[in-house]
Amino acid sequence: MRKIPLKSTGELALMRESGRIVAEVLALVGGAIRPGVATVELDTLAEGYIRAQGAEPAFKGYGHDPSNLFPATLCVSLDDEVVHGFPSPTPLEEGQVVSIDVGVLKNGFYGDGAMTFAVGRTGEEKRELLRVTEEALYRGIAQARAGNHLYDISSAIQEHVEAAGFSVVKDLVWHGVGRNLHEEPAVPNYGVRGTGVVLRPGMVLAIEPMVNAGTYRVKVDSDGWTVRTADGRPSAHFEHTVAIRNGEAEILTRYGQTGSH
Amino acid sequence: MAKQGPIKVDGTITETLPNAMFKVTLESGHTILAHISGKMRMNFIKILVGDKVTVELSPYDLTKGRITYRYK
Repeated sequence: MRKIPLKSTGELALMRESGRIVAEVLALVGGAIRPGVATVELDTLAEGYIRAQGAEPAFKGYGHDPSNLFPATLCVSLDDEVVHGFPSPTPLEEGQVVSIDVGVLKNGFYGDGAMTFAVGRTGEEKRELLRVTEEALYRGIAQARAGNHLYDISSAIQEHVEAAGFSVVKDLVWHGVGRNLHEEPAVPNYGVRGTGVVLRPGMVLAIEPMVNAGTYRVKVDSDGWTVRTADGRPSAHFEHTVAIRNGEAEILTRYGQTGSH
Repeated sequence: MAKQGPIKVDGTITETLPNAMFKVTLESGHTILAHISGKMRMNFIKILVGDKVTVELSPYDLTKGRITYRYK
């Protein structure tokens, strides 16, 4: 494995600040989600809040292809869209699920987090999908402690998702985060327990299960960003930035939680 | 934001096969079939059993990969 950067106590304090802003944006945007709202309005809301905190949206202008950089503050992914969807002027409709992913940059450090929200009342499958995906994230985080192996996290996520009859997306990986939005390691949401590098205090990971109701297979739209399920069934996505320490990991993007809990 | 593109993982060479193909056991515990990248062939980078390597996996066929780096 290429080197996983370890953060000092001082750097972790800065990452806590970036993480707090991510959590607050998700709470703010989540509170504004209802049928009839256009997701571009959510994007404007998020960007305004981030800039008012003296931070910058991390996704706007991000990308590997200079001619096709990500255009917005939020990734907004509806129903069968898995991740990296664009905010749109089309109003949200009752019964949809919408994944909101946000990254911020402050003091040179990134925070990254995501949640999937139900728009009004949704069907049973979607509610179950959201519940299982969020639970899978916390199952993964429970394994994210110093001394455990990297793939203990992935296998905990995979087992929980597959036991519920859903599938984990294999094309996309979660990642380390710090001075870069994407750092080592790059980790799929599946794997074998007891394998991978040993986790050490100071590693910071953005753990993000992406879970499909049907097949794990996905395709990318012609816009080069929007990832959607191959079978058109819904998908959910929850993400926290967590800092590894002895014992339970510290969740840096948990709402209402600053510092250790 | 999740990372797109090929999945890069590290592994260890467990068997050398003809035609610059190798069996690689990944950190995740899976064993896959991998060939070596064109650039590595050009530079005559020798790969032996036990070497640690980086493999790029295609998400569409997780049993095959491409070796892009050999650790010293």
